[in-house]
Formats: sequence, C-alpha cells, structure tokens
Amino acid sequence: MSLTLENLSRVVDGVDYIRDANITFEAGSFNVLLGRTLAGKTSLMRLMAGLDKPDEGRLIYNGNDVTGQSVQKRNVSMIYQQFINYPNLTVYENIASPLRLAKMKDSEIDRRVKETAHMLQIDPLLKRHPLELSGGQQQRTAMARALVKDATLILFDEPLVNLDYKLREELRTELRELFRERQCIAVYATTEANEALALGGVTTLLDKGRIVQSGPVMEVYRNPVNTLAAQLFSEPPMNMIKGRVTETEVTFDEYSNHALTHELAKLEPGDYWFGIRPSHIGLVPSNEDDLEMSMEVELSEISGSETFMHVQNRHFEMVMQLMGVHQYHTGSPIKIYLPINKLFVFDDNEKLVFTPAQVTGGAV
Amino acid sequence: MNKVPNNRAWWLVLPVFILVAFSALIPLMTVVNYSVQDIFGPGNAYYVGTEWFKEVLNDERLQDSLLRQFAFSGAVLAIQIPLGIGVALMMPKSGIKASLCLILLAIPLLIPWNVVGTIWQIFGRGDIGLFGWGLNSLGLEYNYTGDTVDAWLTVLLMDVWHWTPLVALLCYSGLRAIPEAFYQAAEIDRASKWAVFRYIQLPRLKSVLVIAVLLRFMDSFMIYTEPFVLTGGGPGSSTTFLSQTLTTMAIGQFDIGRAAAFSLIYFLIVLLVSWVFFTAITHLDKEK
Amino acid sequence: MAEIHLKSLAHSYSQNPAGPEDYAIRQLDHVWEKGGAYALLGPSGCGKSTMLNIISGLLAPSEGDVLFDGKRVNELSPRDRNIAQVFQFPVIYDSMTVFQNLAFPLKNTGVPAAQIKTKVNEIAEILEIEDELHKKAKNLTADQKQKVSMGRGLVRGDVSAILFDEPLTVIDPQLKWKLRRKLKQIHEQFDITMVYVTHDQLEASTFADKIAVMYGGQIVQFGTPTELFEQPNHTFVGYFIGSPGMNLIEVRRCEGGVCFGDTVVPMGTQQTEALENLTSSNVKIGIRPEFVQASDVAADDTFAAEVKDVEDLGTYKIMTVRLGDETMKVRLTEDQHFEAGGTVQLSFPEKWLKLYVDEFLVEETEQ
Repeated sequence: MSLTLENLSRVVDGVDYIRDANITFEAGSFNVLLGRTLAGKTSLMRLMAGLDKPDEGRLIYNGNDVTGQSVQKRNVSMIYQQFINYPNLTVYENIASPLRLAKMKDSEIDRRVKETAHMLQIDPLLKRHPLELSGGQQQRTAMARALVKDATLILFDEPLVNLDYKLREELRTELRELFRERQCIAVYATTEANEALALGGVTTLLDKGRIVQSGPVMEVYRNPVNTLAAQLFSEPPMNMIKGRVTETEVTFDEYSNHALTHELAKLEPGDYWFGIRPSHIGLVPSNEDDLEMSMEVELSEISGSETFMHVQNRHFEMVMQLMGVHQYHTGSPIKIYLPINKLFVFDDNEKLVFTPAQVTGGAV
Repeated sequence: MNKVPNNRAWWLVLPVFILVAFSALIPLMTVVNYSVQDIFGPGNAYYVGTEWFKEVLNDERLQDSLLRQFAFSGAVLAIQIPLGIGVALMMPKSGIKASLCLILLAIPLLIPWNVVGTIWQIFGRGDIGLFGWGLNSLGLEYNYTGDTVDAWLTVLLMDVWHWTPLVALLCYSGLRAIPEAFYQAAEIDRASKWAVFRYIQLPRLKSVLVIAVLLRFMDSFMIYTEPFVLTGGGPGSSTTFLSQTLTTMAIGQFDIGRAAAFSLIYFLIVLLVSWVFFTAITHLDKEK
Repeated sequence: MAEIHLKSLAHSYSQNPAGPEDYAIRQLDHVWEKGGAYALLGPSGCGKSTMLNIISGLLAPSEGDVLFDGKRVNELSPRDRNIAQVFQFPVIYDSMTVFQNLAFPLKNTGVPAAQIKTKVNEIAEILEIEDELHKKAKNLTADQKQKVSMGRGLVRGDVSAILFDEPLTVIDPQLKWKLRRKLKQIHEQFDITMVYVTHDQLEASTFADKIAVMYGGQIVQFGTPTELFEQPNHTFVGYFIGSPGMNLIEVRRCEGGVCFGDTVVPMGTQQTEALENLTSSNVKIGIRPEFVQASDVAADDTFAAEVKDVEDLGTYKIMTVRLGDETMKVRLTEDQHFEAGGTVQLSFPEKWLKLYVDEFLVEETEQ
C-alpha cells in the first residue's frame, strides 16, 4: 500500500500552490511536512485528499490512478487546526459519526468508539458535548473521529497549533504511539522544526510550493541538501556566513581569517556558505583549532535552562544556544568558537558540499 | 489567468436561464410588444414605432409624478437609513431586552400593506384618529385629505413607520457580526464614540447598508398600495406616485400602448439607478 | 509609566459564585514594578487573560483593588488608565491604511499631525513595516497585521504599561524569534512596563526579566527564568517550565531518606529535618531531566535503571528510563549514547534534588 504523487502541480490565478511534487508515502509511515506558512503544506494535503484537483500530474494509489476520484470514494481522514466537531452531538456520537455513515452495525460501532476513546483518553467524556470540553479535549475528539474509521490516509493540518505548549507535548507523544502499529499513511503538517524532530518518521521540507528535500528525519536534519533546507530545519535558524577559501586560508565576509585545517583543507578555492547550528557555537573552545571570532553581544535571552545569545559584528550576526545562564550586557565584546567538525559547507549555489563529521561513538 | 475555460459549465446555468425567461423575460417582451403598437381591439393593432415613448416622455402628468417619485424616494432614504442605523446602535446587545426590541421592530413589517394604509388613514383622521385628533387638539392644523403638505408628511411618516425597522434589523445584524475584539481595541486606543462609529461600525456596516439602500430605494420607488389606500393620490395629484399614474393609465383609461411604454421607462429607471448606485458603492471598495 | 499593584484581587464570571471553582482569579496580591519586562505564564484557563483584562480595565474585578502608582483605578476606563493592549489575533481597522492605523491612538487624543507623523514613522521603522505604510491595512499578511496591532500600542510613548495577550500566536516560528527580539529591544530602548501573557515557556522566559506562573487562578511563583527553572517552588512550576518538565515521583518517608518501591533516595539535612516534622502524606521528590546524570559506570550513589527509549531531537536527546516502578526522563547531549533495552546508571546531584510536601517546595537556605 502506498500513495505516489507524480509531477503534481496546482496553479491558482497564476500562482504556483504546488509545483512538480514527486514523492511516495508508504503504508505504516509517519510523514511530516515541514514548511513556513503558505509553503504549500495545506495545498499538498488537499490534493492528496482529493479536495482539490491537480492541474498537472497524477496521484497513484496502490498502482491505480486515483487523480480524478472524489474525496468521498477515498478512505481519507483529515484533522484541522481548528477543532471541528458537531456541536449538537455528544462526544460519543461525534466519534461514531463516520461509522454511522458507513452503515456499520451498532455493536461494532460501540466497540470501536470505546476503543478509540480509550486510546485518546477521552472515555470519561463520551456523554458530554464538544463545547463543554477544553481545547485539548475537543481536538482529541476530532482526532478520535478521524482515527475511528480506519482510514488509509490520515492528514493532520497543524492540529496542535491552537493548543497549550504543554498539551502539545503530551499529544505529540501520544500521536507517535498511536501510529506505531497502524498500517495507514499518516501525514502531518507543521511549521515548527522542533515538532518535526519530536515526531520523527519521514520529513519532507516544503518551500514556495516545491519539495526541497525528503527522507528519514535524521538524514534530512544531518544532510540538508542546500542552505534553504538547513534554514528550514533548525530552530533557531542555522547561522549562515559567507566565506572565501584560498589556497591557504578561509576569510569570513572579509573579516576574519583562519587557516584551513581538517576537512576544510579539502575545499577547492572559491566562495562558500558556512553553516553552523546555534547549539554548536561555544564560549570556550572545544578543540584547539576551533575558529575563533570576536563579536559583540546584541541580546541574550535566558530561558532558564538555556541562553539564546544574539551576537554580531560589522559583517554578520549569529545566534548561539548555550546551556545554562549566561548574562551579558548589550554591546559587550565576546569571543565565540566554532568547531570545524560541526560546520556545514554549501557552495556558491547554496548546494551542500559537506556535512559535519559525526562525533559519535557508534554508527550514525 | 492561464486556466482553460470550461464551456460545459454553461449547461449548468441553463435551468436558471429557462426559469428567468419564463418568469421575467417573456412577460417583459409582451410589454415591449404592446409598447410599439396602437391597439384598438383584438386583431386590430398598428405598429407605431417609438410614438408612445415620445408621447410618454413629453407628458406633463408623468413628468410631475416622476419628480414626485424621486422626491419621495430621496426623502425616504434620507430619513430611514440614518434613523435605522441610529435605532440599531441604541438597541441592547443581548438578553431579553434585545429579543423584545426585535419583536417590536418586526411588527410593522408583518402587517399587510393595505392594512398599513388603512391604519394610518384612521390614525390620521381629525375626528376619530388619535394622531390627527391629537395634533388638532394641540392647536396644530392638520388635515391630510385637504392639505398637500400634511398629506405628504403623513405618507412619509407612514413609510418611515413601516420600513425603518427593516433598515434597523439589517444594521443590527451587521453590528452584531463585529467581533468584540474591535471594540476592546478601540477602547484601548482611546477612540471616542464617534471614532468607533466612523472607523469601526460604519465600514463594517457597508455591505449591509448597500442592501438596505437598494431595497428601500426600489421599494419606495414602486410604492403603490399604502398611499393609494391612505390618500388615494390626493389632494389633487400631490401624492400620486408613478405606480398609481401608471395604473390609472393602463386600467382607468385603457391606454395600453402608452402604459406599456411608460412601464418600460419606469423599469429602466429603477434598473439604471440601482445599477449606478451598486457599482458606485462596490467600486469604493476596490480602490487600492 | 506606572507601578501596577493588584490588591486582594478576585474575579468570578458568575453572578453568584458558589465556591472557589467559580473563580477565574482567587485572592491574588501582586506588584508589577515600573519599567519591568514581565511575563504571565500559564496553561489556558488559568486566569491569565482575565488578569490582563482587569489591569487594562476591559473587565472590572469582582473583588479587590487595582492600583496604579498607589491610586485606585478600579472605576477608570482603559481610556483613562492610559494603557495599551495587544490581542492574540490581530485587530486592525480595515478601512484605514497602515499609517492611519498607527496614527489612530494618537489622533484620538489630539496629538498634532506633525508629531504623529514622526512617531508613526519611528515605530514603523522599528517594526520594519515602513514600506507598507500607505497600503490598506486589510491587504496585509497575518504577521504584518499583528505588527500593526503591536505598533498601535508602541506609538503611545506615554502609556502606563503595554499588555500583550499571546501576541505571537499567528506568527511563523522563524519570525517569532525576530519579533520577540524586537520587543525586547523596544523595552530596553523605551523602558516601558510590559506584561506579556503566554502559555509558551520559551516565549515567556526569553522575553521577560521576571515571570509570574499562574495556575488555578493564582500566581504560584514569581521569579526570574533561572529561578523558575532551578528552584520551582511548586510542582506545577516544575512540570510546566522545562521541556520535558520536571520528573516528579511520589515517595514516602523511610530510613535514610525517602523511598519509592525498593529505591531509597537519601536527602539533605534540611530536607530530612522537614521530613521529621511531616504531617502530610503528600510527599514528592522532583529533579529536572537536565540535572539527572547518566553514565555507564555504577558508583555508590547511582541507581541502575532500564532504558526504555531514546529520542533524538537533533541538538539533544531525551532518554526515557524505568527506575523501579517509576518512569523518568533524562536529557542527554547529542554525543551521549545509550541503547533502548540496556541499563544506565543514574545519579541525582543533591543540589538539584527537590522535596515537595503538599505540592510546595521544602525551601533550603544556603549554608
């Protein structure tokens, strides 16, 4: 069982909502679509569900072309950002509604509703009406309705956005558990890199209607194909600085010079983009040959366990994510250290040249 | 813009076309047919071209009643729209009081038109009518059957009483649709009541007001029953509006050709004014 | 600018509150000092928006007083309190241009046109919407609209305070970073009292100098982000701050400290003292996942636990372990490796191991 998108495009009023999407979703997989607002996540989902018709390309389901098939004929569930339930039905009837439409036997409906409600921990609420519930409970009800009918394709369109931070954390963990044993295709859209990391599975990066990269979450995270992918999949966004490599040294924005050591020695002379994750920059060197840079503190944001420090010099600015509390005043000079083995290098066309050497004990 | 037009879609609107043809176009064409002929009896008609139209446009009686009609519709709009907005603004937002207000407002709208005319006919009488008698006993001379100004005022007052609730109800629903957050933000921004009205309520009432103005214009422009029952068009022809002139012509004098031409002109005026008004207002929206 | 003092404040939305559960805010005393950047943090329904609306005057409290610089303002409207508030969803006046929107609060109080122009341009520049000034506000994107909403609060230089009610809800994560920084810079530049309501601990702690954590209609802790993180004085604060939250384990008093299952955890001297005078049976220990130390090597003070799961979150990992009958979370660096199904040796540094009686922290004084 699989769903394949072949050269799928959708154009509305001359604007590319989706352009040449080619991707296959396997049964039993958990897929995350990561992209900013208006990147095309919802458009792609609507195409997959059959709510919109593509202008070009085909949708193949299990080897059959289902491009023109109506949404009613496909076994699809969709969960939205807003909590959509029938306000005049009880939670029980809300969950049962897709089964009633399928004319299922009452005893079977009862069994399934109770099972699903139990799974989502809303069994004590079955007799209540949706508007008497909290946001989290309402969204659980909507999710239960989507899960109860054994859809082959379940689409989640930023389902946790309107929920509290802590609730998000809990529901996210539950979702992962729920889909471990299911044989359906789950697709989950989000704008948050951290959510994509927490959900795991297969991550697809979208930008301006195009698929930037797709693959197992850690593979995409560790090997972004270009600077865009690297920026999309890191929060706070990955620091990018321009550098020029000569035979002997590298210069960052005509500002600081460093000898070419280790991996950097492999670089051909030319212009490159150097990327480093905020969490990899240190206030003390981790190695002798770390790149040292003199910066000025712009702002330090303390989250209790961590400090997000924004530093800048005349040429570029960077953000650092440091463990613990680091209080600095705006304008104070500071030295920061970039470990060479954590650098991402992209060429002039913003394509990946190499990724950081994994400093891991075992395999990646 | 690079969408391929799909012409099959036209078939979908075909039923509507047929329906409109039966309900409007065919009767209208009959009128067009009459308007270009002089009819003496069945099978005895002559083609006269635009003769009737020329005659109608030069008929002083009709010109007078057209002017009267514009004056009346103008007055109706000038009074009812601001008054309707005002009433809607003063109405309570929720609770039992709001429901009571709504019921009270709806009552005049539910009364059949000729009954409205009858009510005011009695209400305004100097001998037994509360209104007429009241005015007279206050020492004000009031006689709507004899005095032109009084007749006009009574007809206007009746229309205001009858139809302002419609404008008020429309505005009220428009006002209720404005989210509370806007009022809160305005309060925080220290906006005066007038600023709230001018910059929040009025812009958000616009679409409702377009409908209200159009409805009131068209309705008042075609008014017939109430003044006919109330004043019979008098004194003299001071409250004889277009519809009544037309009816007198078509039925009273059996001037079918002339009446048909007049009907068409009448129809075109309503259409034209509504269209001009509608485009003017919707156009304002599109700026920038 | 003003100091805002909430005195024995309580609020109920029902006319005849029957019990404490009918109150959105319960007996609350709090002072927001002049010029501070504060956050009000809590889950939905904890009463934080209610409190904000009471401060701004959109809502009159059922009990207690609101004092601005010592002066009671309960009866004053938002207009007379001279306070700015930014709402969760952008509110823009859609018949106006962006410039007119920003000028609106100034125009309402009769500020001269020239002055309005300077002020609006200044704020537009800070918010990076100077190119949109002459567009109709309704044609903006959601985040630009929210910038305009914020701008209307910021143009008024003389306000007592600016209140933000989850202002970044509709904003993309990438942009959130920028806007939050912007707000913080504006605070440093103008020194206005700001109160920022949110359910997101990261947003709260990166914006504010001090955070009030609200729970069940009360402020359970008011402190710096570091204090809330290192010394949560209520189990709720421990749970709510931090991702994942604090590990909280129900324990009973026993020989040598506290116990759960067969595990005996030794306690510090002051904690032991508190345990000796114990009257309640509600006792918990808490330690943050960040402070649990994991290693392969067993020692005197380590506990052997079973690794259930290791979640790789890119820059760090979260390991779920089973210690006796309890499940705990441990935060690992990206370079630490443990396999699910294996065994790990855990230790709980005394400094970070907290004791809670009836959900409140047993305070330890520095010795």
